[in-house]
Amino acid sequence: MGAIFNAQQIVNGLQVGSIYALIALGYTMVYGIVRLINFAHGDFFMLGAYAAYGVFFAFNALFVGKTGLMAFVVLIASMAAGGIIALLANQLAYKPLRYKPKLSSLITAIGVSMFLEYFLSALPAVGPSYRSFPDILPRVNINLGNAVISNYVIIDIVIAAVLMVGLTLLIKKTTLGKAMRAVSQDKDAARLMGIDIEKVIAFTFLIGGSFAGAAGLLAGMTYPRIVPYMGIQPGLKAFIAAVLGGIGNIPGAVLGAYIMGLAETFASAYNSLIGEGIAFAILIVVLLVRPHGLLGEKFADKI
Amino acid sequence: MKRLSLVLVLALVAASIVTAQDIKVGGVGPVTGEAATFGVSTKNGIMLAAEEWNDKGGLFGNRKVKIIFEDDKGDPAEGATVYTKLIQQDNVVAIIGTVMSKVTLAGAPIAQAAGIPMISSTSTNEMVTKVGDYIYRACFIDPFQGTVGANFAYKDLGARKAAALFDIGNDYTKGLAENFRNQFLKLGGQVVAFEGHPFGATDFKAQLTKILAGKPDVLYLSDYYNDVGLIAKQARELGFKGQMVGGDGWDSPDLVKIGGKAVDNGFFTNHYAAADPRPIVQDFVKKYKAKFGAEPDAMATLAYDAANIMFDAIRRAGSTKGSAIRDALKTTNLNVVSGQVTFDANRNPIKSAVIIEMKDGKQVYRTTVNP
Repeated sequence: MGAIFNAQQIVNGLQVGSIYALIALGYTMVYGIVRLINFAHGDFFMLGAYAAYGVFFAFNALFVGKTGLMAFVVLIASMAAGGIIALLANQLAYKPLRYKPKLSSLITAIGVSMFLEYFLSALPAVGPSYRSFPDILPRVNINLGNAVISNYVIIDIVIAAVLMVGLTLLIKKTTLGKAMRAVSQDKDAARLMGIDIEKVIAFTFLIGGSFAGAAGLLAGMTYPRIVPYMGIQPGLKAFIAAVLGGIGNIPGAVLGAYIMGLAETFASAYNSLIGEGIAFAILIVVLLVRPHGLLGEKFADKI
Repeated sequence: MKRLSLVLVLALVAASIVTAQDIKVGGVGPVTGEAATFGVSTKNGIMLAAEEWNDKGGLFGNRKVKIIFEDDKGDPAEGATVYTKLIQQDNVVAIIGTVMSKVTLAGAPIAQAAGIPMISSTSTNEMVTKVGDYIYRACFIDPFQGTVGANFAYKDLGARKAAALFDIGNDYTKGLAENFRNQFLKLGGQVVAFEGHPFGATDFKAQLTKILAGKPDVLYLSDYYNDVGLIAKQARELGFKGQMVGGDGWDSPDLVKIGGKAVDNGFFTNHYAAADPRPIVQDFVKKYKAKFGAEPDAMATLAYDAANIMFDAIRRAGSTKGSAIRDALKTTNLNVVSGQVTFDANRNPIKSAVIIEMKDGKQVYRTTVNP
């Protein structure tokens, strides 16, 4: 059992969980506001990774000796790419279907997802093959005695935490956040209060997409291999994490993501075949016991 | 009268040119997808071989070889589709391909059922040629590669504790790892961990943490280059200081691009080394470099060899009939780039393997091992 439950495996699980958490936040925000499961969300994650890759190679020469600044620019680029494409997807694909049956939006989301994956595969500059992601920052291993932690793991966890705290402040403390909460509670009432619903929704997509983009950069740095289909699996897992925590609930998404990351790591260490299935097993159990998720409350404000 | 006979002769010549149809041969490889560099190399190797035969006048004196190349994307379902397409739509007389065992295992039964001889360039899984008597291959098989890897780890590297990590969903990586384990145990070594990972995984730390708890001297990684790169990096991150050994799936320039320094001082078994001084090797390396601007990897070499073995068999069969080509393949005894090839009763080639070391991001020829 020592090799399965130990400090190192906890570190491994937290790292996986942070990436899931950033993706899950976008899923849960969008669901909270428009009640749409945005299946293209995993692809915003992928676009973030590709944007980071492109910007790094285009501008690396200008930032010699300034790795920290370069990393910051790359982070902004990946967030911008994820956010802007998410915004475009909303304006072009989801907005026209806003008051149509829910199923139309859901299928459109799958369509947007496939479009992004295959369009990038077909672009000669991207292509369907694996690309190796550069080491944007030097890798340093820190030995903690009974666990080794890489600076990349710390960066993953810190960036995930900072963005999550920022998002919570935005929602709790700003006018825009208040508007988001209002829209999530009751669209019609919010509109009567003079809130521009479409603006709020667009902003939600922008933020959610940019978080997925940041996650893409972190995943690319941590697992230095990118491909247009890289968003499918993490997207699915993050969606499960969001449902697990209670879809529409922000702390829930984060909690769900870390539970998933840790459970998957422990289960994979025990047996790889179980590791893949554990996410779905947890989902089934939680939905049976608490259909609204761990932190989701039936009548609470969804976001 | 003279003029008339000249016209007649010309007409006859023209007719014979028209009737000397091209011989259509199928080529299959994963030009896109998880093993894309393998596919591109495979295509290059087959095309180069066909070009050389055509420069010498083609087959049967006057019939050119025409390669119809299809991309299987490294996907078994896609593989089955392109094999069917080549056989039923293009009416090819033989097929050269494909690369990944799991895809070849999907295509081979189709070729066998249609009576179309095929030779896989690099599918090392044992089951491939067991599909039937029309199925051949140009590479050695998993037991041999796993055995050579284990011998090398135990005898040359002096390892006594080994661990293996492989893709559970892939017959090739699993076959290699199993044969490595069996041989390593037979030599008196200890296998402290034998772990699978799911297909498409990017995080291997859970499995690696468990593996490294057993303190192995050597890690056997039978995956393809893009997974090996990630695994090596994560193993080093977790503090693994020992050596890594693998199979021919490592043979790609992308191994170093993804794995970086982590794959340095790693070893893998392979089919050929560009540094081999045999004239046929040096001649091939020179021609390939001139045409494609890169040194041929083992995939390109084996595809080139597979194509030559197939064309040689068609030539000796003297016909494009499937059963005649199959019978000619059986009696192959040909000197190709990867060695002198004959076939055993299971249609596997009998030939040597080389060990290649990764040094400062480059492949260095270490030694040749005979069967």
